[in-house]
Amino acid sequence: MFYREAGVFKTTYSDDMALLPIPLDKFFVLSVIAFMVLVVPFIASEYWLESILIPVLILSLAAIGLNILTGYAGQLSLGTGAFMAAGAYLGYKFVTAFPDINIVVGVLVGGLASAMIGAVFGAPSLRIKGFYLAVTTLAAQFFLIWLFTKQPWFVNYSISGVPTAPPREIFGFLVTGAESNETARYLFVLSFVIVFALIARNLTRGRIGRSWMAIRDMDIAAELIGIKPLQTKLSAFAISSFYCGMAGALWAFCYINIVEPSAFDINRSFQILFMIIIGGLGSILGSFLGAAFIFTLPIFLNNAATGLGLEVSTALIRHVEFMIFGAMIIFFLIVEPHGLARMWSIAKEKLRMWPFPY
Amino acid sequence: MEFLHAFFIAPFVEMVDQPWFLFEVLVGGLSAGVMYSLVALGFVLIFKASGVFNYAQGVMVLFAALNLVGLMEWGVPVWLALILTVIIMIGLAFAVERLVLRKLVNQEPIILFMATIGLAFFLEGFGETIWGSDVRPLDIGIPDDVWFVGDAMLQQSDIFAAVVASFLVTVLALFFHYTRIGRALRAVADDHQAALSIGIPLNHIWIIVWAVAGFVALVAGVMWGARLGVQFSLAIIALKALPVLILGGFTSIPGAIIGGLIIGAGEKVAEVYWGSLFGGAIEEWFAYVVALVFLFFRPQGLFGDKIIERV
Repeated sequence: MFYREAGVFKTTYSDDMALLPIPLDKFFVLSVIAFMVLVVPFIASEYWLESILIPVLILSLAAIGLNILTGYAGQLSLGTGAFMAAGAYLGYKFVTAFPDINIVVGVLVGGLASAMIGAVFGAPSLRIKGFYLAVTTLAAQFFLIWLFTKQPWFVNYSISGVPTAPPREIFGFLVTGAESNETARYLFVLSFVIVFALIARNLTRGRIGRSWMAIRDMDIAAELIGIKPLQTKLSAFAISSFYCGMAGALWAFCYINIVEPSAFDINRSFQILFMIIIGGLGSILGSFLGAAFIFTLPIFLNNAATGLGLEVSTALIRHVEFMIFGAMIIFFLIVEPHGLARMWSIAKEKLRMWPFPY
Repeated sequence: MEFLHAFFIAPFVEMVDQPWFLFEVLVGGLSAGVMYSLVALGFVLIFKASGVFNYAQGVMVLFAALNLVGLMEWGVPVWLALILTVIIMIGLAFAVERLVLRKLVNQEPIILFMATIGLAFFLEGFGETIWGSDVRPLDIGIPDDVWFVGDAMLQQSDIFAAVVASFLVTVLALFFHYTRIGRALRAVADDHQAALSIGIPLNHIWIIVWAVAGFVALVAGVMWGARLGVQFSLAIIALKALPVLILGGFTSIPGAIIGGLIIGAGEKVAEVYWGSLFGGAIEEWFAYVVALVFLFFRPQGLFGDKIIERV
């Protein structure tokens, strides 16, 4: 009743091709963005900004990256963590080598470097498919992490091997490193996420996104209708790694404030894969929902355990958390294999009719 | 120039110089390879029969070993503990079929894959909730002396593991070829629909393969546990079974064995002779890179079924 498309008349082609053709949708998305930008910095506590919002936003960016590769182009990858690491380490290298250049450029360069590495490791996808490809992306995971750990060049020969993120300013505000204000950091990350989510959304509904989806649905058939598998698959790998690389750089610069390999190990890859599966394959919105869900679930379980006043050791809590987490994953896959994004669209369908049944 | 020398010449000179040392390294690598094969075997069984890429196989190894050690700590004799663990693994197979696989019939492979990752988390948490997460030694009387062959030193436990593994593979091969259930399993692996249409109950078959994979996991768990103690890292070592799988092919049992041996021996030799050249610890990724390069030339693995694609 309240949410409907009836009565929305499109009179120009640009109306018809708008990102959000329904006014209510547009209003909703814009108000969410406005809320995140204008209200959240004032009402959220330091804990919320530092430990929940910033990581969730960064992981959403990585999830968008993986979703481009796995959800849209259909190439299963278990190397997300490594591509994030590539962005973090090479971004760090660039930022420290050119201290005067804006940090935004540093993050973008991290992403670009990661994109190049991603394209190299994506090359086998032309011959190798499905789970075989997934296992070969593990080669990227283990090789890159080993490379960054063992070669001191990547950390500027720092003695500890885990250098701290260099402090950099934008408009006079510190946005990276441990000393920076969390609100500034939050806005910095948020602006990246908004801009690149928008770009991703537009990429996926344009020519390139459609060719990804054609490759995903059946690559031989796609080839027959004139989509070049080489360009399509490699561009998917490169753009996906670009997003992951930026996320990795932001993760190192704005969240953990150090550049360390253990932040990008295989568990990170699986975490992000979970995010896109639970959130919804082939959906930008799903990447956000999945990231928020997977990241906050353990925190929620932890708080629930202490909130109930259970007198149990922390080790036990951790094990039980693992158990519940695993069970929830299976439960979600059984109930809604298409993820939270599908639930959202079902809710919208329902809302259209509400309160009438038909 | 120096690098080229160290890369192409020095290791081979060393090999020829000390053949016994090479022999020792090779045997060590092969026995590690046998262990990888044992884990890979479980993957192959399940993949063949149900098309599920079972990520939880590694954790099943850990889970079986944890149960065994836990029961033995309660004072249960070894033989009884082994039997009880087998029963637990069969129960697990039932639970997985009932609660997970049956509900996810007809879903895409990636969804099933994710479900097994969920299962891996669950089992890990479950096992450690019950039995705790300390590192525990597993001693069921595997000999751990050394033998000397020429100048090389061989661990008896390695030989023992190899014997057990080859015995297991023989038994499985006989089981698959000469029993009614084995034939049914092969029929299902060949073609789900055809198997269903001639009246083979798919659900039972799934329970059976998961139970057999659980049994294989137990054997692998005993072997690894005796070597390294029962601890969480067992599940991580099992990740090494993945390159073994792609080398051998997802659908081939002999492939799992031979792939395991190649990977095991290859990574040991590479680590010992070339590792220091790259700063060490190349074992971590060597297997994956070998598998990656290999797949370029044979995308279906050594013995895998030929991939035929149609529009």
